[in-house]
Amino acid sequence: MQLVCPAGSLPALKAALNQGADAIYVGFRDDTNARHFAGLNLDEKQLDSGLQLIRAQRRQLYVAVNTYAQPGGWQRWQRAVDRAADLGVDALIAADPGVLGYASQRHPQLNLHLSVQGSATNVAALELYRQRYGIRRAVLPRVLSLAQVRNLAGKTEVPLEVFGFGSLCIMAEGRCHLSSYLTGESPNLCGVCSPAKAVRWQEDADGLSSRLGGVLIDRYAKDEPAAYPTLCKGRFMVNGQRFHALEEPTSLNTLELIPQLAEIGIAAVKIEGRQRSPAYVEQVARVWRAALDAYRRSPQQFQVQPQWQAALAAVSEGSQTTLGAYHRAWQ
Amino acid sequence: MQLSLGPVLFYWSRAKLLDFYAEMAAQPLDILYLGETVCSKRRAMSLDDWLGLARELRECTRAELVLSGLALLEAASELSSLKRLCDNGELLVEANDMGAVQLLHERRLPFVAGPALNLYNAHALAELQDCGLQRWVPPVECSGALLRDCLEQLDQLGRLRPQVELFAYGHLPLAYSARCFTARAENRPKDDCQFCCQDYPEGIPLLSQEGEALFTLNGIQTLSGRVSNLLADYAQFEAHGIDCLRLSPRAEGMGEVVQQYHAVRQGGLPPLLAEGCNGYWHGRPGMLSAEEAGLC
Repeated sequence: MQLVCPAGSLPALKAALNQGADAIYVGFRDDTNARHFAGLNLDEKQLDSGLQLIRAQRRQLYVAVNTYAQPGGWQRWQRAVDRAADLGVDALIAADPGVLGYASQRHPQLNLHLSVQGSATNVAALELYRQRYGIRRAVLPRVLSLAQVRNLAGKTEVPLEVFGFGSLCIMAEGRCHLSSYLTGESPNLCGVCSPAKAVRWQEDADGLSSRLGGVLIDRYAKDEPAAYPTLCKGRFMVNGQRFHALEEPTSLNTLELIPQLAEIGIAAVKIEGRQRSPAYVEQVARVWRAALDAYRRSPQQFQVQPQWQAALAAVSEGSQTTLGAYHRAWQ
Repeated sequence: MQLSLGPVLFYWSRAKLLDFYAEMAAQPLDILYLGETVCSKRRAMSLDDWLGLARELRECTRAELVLSGLALLEAASELSSLKRLCDNGELLVEANDMGAVQLLHERRLPFVAGPALNLYNAHALAELQDCGLQRWVPPVECSGALLRDCLEQLDQLGRLRPQVELFAYGHLPLAYSARCFTARAENRPKDDCQFCCQDYPEGIPLLSQEGEALFTLNGIQTLSGRVSNLLADYAQFEAHGIDCLRLSPRAEGMGEVVQQYHAVRQGGLPPLLAEGCNGYWHGRPGMLSAEEAGLC
């Protein structure tokens, strides 16, 4: 099972490389990728030097061009695909059928992965992308249970990549417009969710309030730890009760599923977090490398080490982790 | 301009659904969408029941009848149900997942691309036209300008335009999840949900701590808190290439909504301001009205 790590900067890329990532995924510095945050992603020079380092260590570079192209900016998406092909990346990660169509026709040698933003959760959807665009891998949305992943892996010809660790989207990726409803900018079209420029913090006598697009996402008492106002992770009122009505601030952590994922034949585990610091990438890549190596050495004896979990909890949202949808025994 | 009635997004009892469609069959609607798009556990109506209803409706309305498919498929059993739906042999299908597109393409059947498919540019549309797309309901977050640009880009590609159906009225379907938020609000596990969403014929309002309506919880689906209403923008629709307006069912008062839209398409003046939000159409946050966005 490959370890695929995020890099939103050259230092993060180096950290991932040093800690034993098998592949590193990046995005260009524009809205063609789903982590289009101010100051994030690699410019041309950084990409070139990053690629050299990756090649020297015989690892792989993936480029995400995984937002949905808008008619006015179509050339930008085309150029992004061309650039990735010219760089000789090991895979292009894309979601838009238009972008996939262009990439497969213009650059037939380019290895295509279906992005999680493509929202393919069933064998028929995967088959469409395989038949039309020849995708060699698909990243599954974080909505399937382990049993459903197993079932899918048994039926599809497309090798699968699953999320192993990182911030948890409670909605099916690529199927969520909550952010644009409040702020006008969405992951699909703008490569952002709950964009920083729409965030306002307000402190008053009662404590701290976080707002997104003017809407109160959460309010914290003086001693309460505050979280970034990702809009699905606020506390809201439902039937007169105040609670995390959609999702708590928490991170996905599937270390303990490594044996099952390997046995299912999952091709790669993905770490979320191109927007996170090099220190985060270093920490998470190190733990996952150690865990995957330990499993490879002796699958029967594999046990999640407490220090691994502690290290991951330290970089988790709200310092808590969950198995997400994977743990469900039911539909 | 055609008027369509979108699929019922909420979980209504069989009796309520049958009453509702009996009432809607008498309305000046050109297309009626039937079927369950949100949750496969909702079993008030089986596929055969929907097809039976379609046959009855055919006796009393000339509206085109379309069967809508599930938006988020997780279990193998859901894919089997979708296959049966695509094989219904009578009705056009609305695909709300790329899996449905593939199944319909394999069967060489034309289809409607529902709002849950991510089609945002002409190249993507052309890809799906090659698979059988004949009518397009754009994602609800698309602005009028984006739709117009898409259709012009399609012209430049030398492609025929599909029929374009705009989501004009109702709670906007915004997101799908593995989690059932209605069950979560009721402190029930999803596998023992007791079909509690049937107690909320128009979903559960989710408010900010300041009491602002944000979203509507509808099982695994999250809808807008406010009702989207594009009636005040009617005069722009033809020039934007729109052929049909989708009215999404609400628990009460749909007959009146259809009549309001019908009056305007027959030449009545659209209202200067309509109640509800229309920010998306104007390229602004969806929750705003044009007035709130400072556009009028």
